[in-house]
Amino acid sequence: MFWSLRDGLGDSLVAAAPYGGPIALLREPLRRSPSTRPQLEIYSASGASIASFPWKSGPVVHLGWSVNDELLCVQEDGTVLIYDLFGSFKRHFSMGQEVVQSQVLEAKVFHSPYGTGVAIVTGSSRFTLATNIEDLKLRRLPEVPGLQGQPSCWAVLTQDRQTKVLVSSGPELYVLDNTSCTAVYPPGLSPQAGSIVHMSVSFSYKYLALFTETGRLWTGFSLPLQLPVCLLTFEPVYLSRCRRPRSQQPSVVLMWDRLLLVVGSSRFPLEDQSVLVGELDGVRIIGSISQELLQEVPLVCQDIFKIASMAPGALLLEAHREYEKSSQKADEYLREIKEQNVLGDAVRQCVEAAAHEYDPDTQKALMRAASFGKCFLTEFSPDQFVTTCRELRVLNAVRESSVGMPLTHTQFKQMTLQVLIDRLVYRQFYPLAIEVCRYLKIPDYQGVSRVLKHWASCKVQQKDLTDEAIARAVCAKVGDSPGVSYSDVAAKAYECGRPELAIKLLDFEARSGEQVPLLLKMKRSQLALSKAVESGDTDLVYTVVTYLKNEMNRGDFFMTLRNQPVALSLYRQFCKLQEPQTLKDLFNQDDDHQELGNFYVTSSYRDKRLEGRLAQLQSAVDEYNKAKNDFAAKATEEEMRLLRFQRKLDDEKGAGLLGLSLQATMEALMSLGLHKQAEQLYRDFRVPDKRYWWLKLTSLAEKEQWEELEKFSKSKKSPIGYLAFVEVCMKNNNRHEAKKYVSKVTPEQKVKAHLAVGDLEGAADAAIERRNESEMGAVLSRCSASDRLLMDKLNRARVATAKK
Amino acid sequence: MAHSARRDSPELPDLSLLKRLVRDQLIYLLEQLPGKKDLFIDSDLMSPLDRIANVSTLKQHEVDKLYKVEHKPIVSISDQICFLIRPRIQTVKWICDVVNADKAAGKFRRYKIIFTPQKFYACEAVLEEQGVFGDVTTDEWAFYLLPLDEDIISLELPEFFRDNFLAGDQRWVRTAGSALHLLHSLFGPFSKVYGIGRCSKMTYESWREQVEQGEQKARHAEIGNVFLIDRDVDFVTPLCSQVVYEGLVDDIFRIKCGCVEFGPEVTSSDKSIKVMLNSQDKVFNEIRNEHFSNVFGFLSQKARNLQTAYDKRRGMDIQQMKTFVSEELKGLKQEHRLLSLHISASESIMKKKTKQDFQELLKTEHCLLEGFEIRECISFIEEHINRQVSMIESLRLLCLLSVTENGLLPKDFKSLKAQYLQSYGADHLLTFSNLRQLGLLVEQQPGETLTVMESKVGKLVNDRTAVKLTDAFSSLAKKSHFRALSKKLNLVPKSDEEYDLRVPRDMAYIFSGAYIPLSCKIIEQVLERDSWTGLEEVTRLINGHEFAVTGADPKSKSDAQRIILVMFLGGCTFSEISALRFLGKERGYKFIVVTTAITNSSRLLEALLDNNV
Repeated sequence: MFWSLRDGLGDSLVAAAPYGGPIALLREPLRRSPSTRPQLEIYSASGASIASFPWKSGPVVHLGWSVNDELLCVQEDGTVLIYDLFGSFKRHFSMGQEVVQSQVLEAKVFHSPYGTGVAIVTGSSRFTLATNIEDLKLRRLPEVPGLQGQPSCWAVLTQDRQTKVLVSSGPELYVLDNTSCTAVYPPGLSPQAGSIVHMSVSFSYKYLALFTETGRLWTGFSLPLQLPVCLLTFEPVYLSRCRRPRSQQPSVVLMWDRLLLVVGSSRFPLEDQSVLVGELDGVRIIGSISQELLQEVPLVCQDIFKIASMAPGALLLEAHREYEKSSQKADEYLREIKEQNVLGDAVRQCVEAAAHEYDPDTQKALMRAASFGKCFLTEFSPDQFVTTCRELRVLNAVRESSVGMPLTHTQFKQMTLQVLIDRLVYRQFYPLAIEVCRYLKIPDYQGVSRVLKHWASCKVQQKDLTDEAIARAVCAKVGDSPGVSYSDVAAKAYECGRPELAIKLLDFEARSGEQVPLLLKMKRSQLALSKAVESGDTDLVYTVVTYLKNEMNRGDFFMTLRNQPVALSLYRQFCKLQEPQTLKDLFNQDDDHQELGNFYVTSSYRDKRLEGRLAQLQSAVDEYNKAKNDFAAKATEEEMRLLRFQRKLDDEKGAGLLGLSLQATMEALMSLGLHKQAEQLYRDFRVPDKRYWWLKLTSLAEKEQWEELEKFSKSKKSPIGYLAFVEVCMKNNNRHEAKKYVSKVTPEQKVKAHLAVGDLEGAADAAIERRNESEMGAVLSRCSASDRLLMDKLNRARVATAKK
Repeated sequence: MAHSARRDSPELPDLSLLKRLVRDQLIYLLEQLPGKKDLFIDSDLMSPLDRIANVSTLKQHEVDKLYKVEHKPIVSISDQICFLIRPRIQTVKWICDVVNADKAAGKFRRYKIIFTPQKFYACEAVLEEQGVFGDVTTDEWAFYLLPLDEDIISLELPEFFRDNFLAGDQRWVRTAGSALHLLHSLFGPFSKVYGIGRCSKMTYESWREQVEQGEQKARHAEIGNVFLIDRDVDFVTPLCSQVVYEGLVDDIFRIKCGCVEFGPEVTSSDKSIKVMLNSQDKVFNEIRNEHFSNVFGFLSQKARNLQTAYDKRRGMDIQQMKTFVSEELKGLKQEHRLLSLHISASESIMKKKTKQDFQELLKTEHCLLEGFEIRECISFIEEHINRQVSMIESLRLLCLLSVTENGLLPKDFKSLKAQYLQSYGADHLLTFSNLRQLGLLVEQQPGETLTVMESKVGKLVNDRTAVKLTDAFSSLAKKSHFRALSKKLNLVPKSDEEYDLRVPRDMAYIFSGAYIPLSCKIIEQVLERDSWTGLEEVTRLINGHEFAVTGADPKSKSDAQRIILVMFLGGCTFSEISALRFLGKERGYKFIVVTTAITNSSRLLEALLDNNV
């Protein structure tokens, strides 16, 4: 151990995390005088000091480590303070209001499938549990009958995804769960044994040991209480449990002041005051000058190293040893193994044993033996050998006292490589972590990138470097490793109060979608908006727009949008459907009179009342005038006039004109026979003559008012010519009327007119008169066989024309 | 068709894969809500859905009743309701009303909204605002692409055009990008991507982003090159009357989702018949790309062939008769049925289109395209408006006039607009405002007077400076330069030669030899040059945003390199597809057309009307 503890471990609160975790030490936790504050120290498992600072908060009842290597300090008033490995405060939470009065008597930090939990017992003898500190839910457990003050001892159990508290009050033993408090009786433990003063639960929560005041020890399965293993009489100070990995036989370790006893086997003297930490496969004994791991020797190791062992592994090891010495005995040993046909087992044993060994030389010897044995096997998968080699190399590296993670192979397997890397990262051993990842060929995504990400988040917290330098350093290291999100790093920088750095880092972020949320959080809304627009993701733009809408006042909001056309058009689309009034304000702000005019026109159609409609249109006219769009202004004015006119006629004659177009209005009027009014419209709205004539012509023809039509045709010279009359009459199946107009048709259209009324001869005459070859052709094509004479005539005329 | 077609056309990839994918996904989503449920479907999703999963498939997955979303209170009694909708705010609001009404009535139901092809934050915001966010579950059905035929894929997003080009709302760009990404992951990697237009560029970028985020799998490419094109690059083509059979059918009967409903006037009974129009229909497949004037010839030939096939049975013995009945007869009957339908459809088209007005209409269009006798054209349009021939047609001619002439003279602009308003109501003021915004119907800018000035100045100086002047002047005026483009790209073939529509020389045949569609010409030119070099003048006139990116591995000279995916952002017409098919035959390419929706002049303009409030 690196540490030099002046006063030993006496009178301190000590907490050591399992899996070779760090050790926290708080001296004289309950000293209350403000002048001398207790010192909180954090050490690595090898005793290297990581952090040390005076404790300034309230009196601490208990220390514990979370699964993420965070230190939890439970205070008397129920507040739990969380520090990271380097002694910087992270956050705190409370175990409930009522605790403030009743005070925490004892607390325990435990690990469950849900994460790290905290359990406390208060002065009013009530238990409160929080199963996962990341997702804090306090549960107050039911009262324990007859319990006054502090229980004599208690433990937390997690089974079947339920957390329970086992508590003893005098000789009684209770199991507390969410809803009930059940008394339990350990079978075989006589009531005379007295009250239970210590209890301990194994690492896996599977086994339980109870120690009574009369010095009896009961061990068995935890829940339901079963199978007494043995009963002993002792007077221990500390009790811990470990498990023999192979035999599945639980064993209990009891510690007195200077004596350690492993129940059922041996006793060890201790040199000074120590602390026991239960591990998965053993007990860590932490003393003021040394740390030991007490562990049952794994079976394979026993087999190999047992004196005079004839296990195949042992023989193989021996064979290899002889081989190194170039002795022929090697062959003898080897033959012996081969005869039994267990060479494969021998290799496996050696590899397995090597994994469990601590000493690199022994590891090497075993591995060499395995490799030697492997040479004589033909079909033997090298996987196990290779993996073990790699894992051992990693384990040896982390066991190095500068790193200080005394992990056993079993523990390593249990905690997985991922977690190991995390732990290295938590301790800021970034280079080692990266080496490990590369060595074990973990995909970048899960390995190196994760380390880099953590490194970068840590880097941005370095106060002594400039923003520029950090940004450059981060960029240089991280580059574009997959899976490292610059925005996460930037978020971290922002949390540390370095917004400028955060922005610099965000620039490296390739995905704009990731930049935007943080920028919003940093209130860089303009930048966020332009990044969102850049990303081309309209959803993102819309998110920012909605955010801005709520954050800013209207004016600023509109101004911001104005600079971002994409966002603006998106917002317009939204307003059109959801908030038409906002749309109006938006146009107003921009002095976009044209759009305002359009807006009023649109809304005028929604208005059912004529007055409202006219008012809207009037506003539209004003806006169009401002926009210098004379045409639109005039058109709208005319529309208003038309509306008024229609209203008047509707009132007078019930014509049902409102809302029709000018053309439709005139049509309707004519079909109602209101020619005068139609003519009024024609004059008022300066309807082109042609349109009016067409309209009147078709209208009269459809109503078959032939006399009217004739009168009309004579009213003045037709602006649409007279061919139209002919065609319209024909359309309405009145050849007689049609013929009347044929004579009026211009010479160019005569042929057509004749043809239209089906007068072939007339057409032929006209064509011949005009000496127009193509017209003659047109007439010819209409001729049938019966028109022999006509055809001859035409053909002759054609020839004559052609000659000229 | 007597094309000089190349024989070695590559095989098209199997697009039906797209259908299977989305069907499986839909079923998965329906299963997410176990038990009987009623399904409400957005009305415009009905036909696309029908192409993917028919009613019996839906019923198999415990859909009880099907309803159309009608924005009215619902009558369903099921305690589970599933909504299959486009991500539109109005629809979501309606759902909120439904949920809130149920709440008020104390009715408890489970609601699930499936947005397709994706959900928008705005929709969720509405749910939140209306306080029903917790009551509904939402999901996305990534139904991006609907294969309409073996070479046509549609996104079925008609609103893309208006939202993107008129409102400047880019929400669908990502959708288009995702669609491209899907095609890329199924049929890619693409070796070269060309594009022109702002939206194309953004779509390309959105796609690239998605490619970078996802993982890449090395696979055998089935589609080599991609061409992205914005609709606003070429407005002229969709504004022209279509005269190729498929386009004509679309113009007159409106093809919906690859399916047309022939009314009683075609079926010569009181019922109307729905017919799928795709390459499965052998008769249709032969005439779809033909100029209409050839269609009758083809059909009558076909009828004769069919008769011969029927006649075969005359001299048969029993055994032969048996095989004939079991093998051929059914096919013949089917063909017979289709043939008679197409014949009557053609007759119906003939009736409508061979009238005098249509000929004159076409003549006017051709004059506009060529830039001849513009005065006459204007008076034709005037008469067209005055006689109230058709609201959309008049608007179409106005736009065509404006686009080809680079805007109308102020006097014409005002008087034509005024007359149009008189004909169809003052609410079209808003339509005009939309058209102006899109540059479809504009007043001639002072920039035009520049050209006049240019020619005057040009006479005074020598040739070299004149070239410089032209450059300077044309960079001053920004808008469409159809005339210049047409000259540059030879879009209007010389009219003095007779164009034989039976043996098409070039893509102009789809417009009776009067005009080569600009969009297709650009594609042809770029593919020919393998880049945009040499087309700088053209892209400048179009107003740019062209790009060409070489992607994965252009090394393989496989067949896939001759399969070209053309993506029209904002819709494309059947005529353009026919033109591309023709181009493909000529050059040994195969084109796959992806479009946000099939469009034509009426759909294009209807999307811009604003009088539906």
